Amino acid sequence: MVKQLCYEDVEVGTEVTPLAKIAMTRMLVQWAGASGDFNPLHYEDDFAKAMGVGAPIVHGALKRAWLGHLMTDWVGEQGVLKKLACQYRGMDYPRKMKTMEEPHDGETWWCKGKVTKKYGEGGEHLVECEIWVENGKGEKTTPGAALVALPSRGKK
Amino acid sequence: MAEGSIITEELRKLMGVPGEPIVFKVEEGAIQRYAQAIGDPNPLFNDIENAGKNKYGRLICPPGFTGWPVKGGISVFKLVDSLVKAGAPPRLLDGGVEFEFFEPIGAGDMLTATTKIANITERETRMGKTMFTTVETTFVNQKKKVALKSRSTLIQF
Repeated sequence: MVKQLCYEDVEVGTEVTPLAKIAMTRMLVQWAGASGDFNPLHYEDDFAKAMGVGAPIVHGALKRAWLGHLMTDWVGEQGVLKKLACQYRGMDYPRKMKTMEEPHDGETWWCKGKVTKKYGEGGEHLVECEIWVENGKGEKTTPGAALVALPSRGKK
Repeated sequence: MAEGSIITEELRKLMGVPGEPIVFKVEEGAIQRYAQAIGDPNPLFNDIENAGKNKYGRLICPPGFTGWPVKGGISVFKLVDSLVKAGAPPRLLDGGVEFEFFEPIGAGDMLTATTKIANITERETRMGKTMFTTVETTFVNQKKKVALKSRSTLIQF
């Protein structure tokens, strides 16, 4: 485990530690099972075409879950995620599989963020962040925001 | 009804009416499978053996575990069905979500989720006439405390 992040460690503009993700068809199947979203939009070519998105797309909720991962990693065990929001603006298309476990070469997605505000309220040390998932071209397909409470070195 | 509106009277009637509450138990195996599907190795979500020693005293759900489409049984498709039956366009995309977390949610919790359609709007987009439905879900835990609120946007065209 990494060192616990504290309120005093961040300022407006501080970067949330980036997190890399690779969407692949295998991950989409695994996500479907784990989340209970069996919409064929995410695994059937003809259906995805009929829905107007061209080919099966990455679940918006999976990208949201990635952003959750980004934030819970960053705030550590003593931090608390209070709000998480995102919008599914751009379509993302998973890499196809080369082997049972490994995808073909291709796009890597990055979950990123930066601090936009920090303040104390109701005895809590709160930090607001702008967060997003960006695709291999650097486009923010999933912009969002998060609010976290961090521990403070000033008081236990 | 506005000229050419795709929001039918039947759709308007669905607004604000809470659905049947759905009760479900949070299972630790389901939490673990969810964390694995995301590729999140955080011990808080994965380490069943040592979960009792963490600050929550049990395996904890990653944020959004109970989200949209909802883990644990709220049928999104049932809701979409009711919208389509009331005249909504059949093609569906998930527009986004906002979560507000109030209480930790973890293994063994018994949650009651109530969903309602908060609002329906429409506008012209590159997909043509497009309907935006805001769906609000409140999750109450076994201690009768609100654990989570979510607001999701459905896009139909």
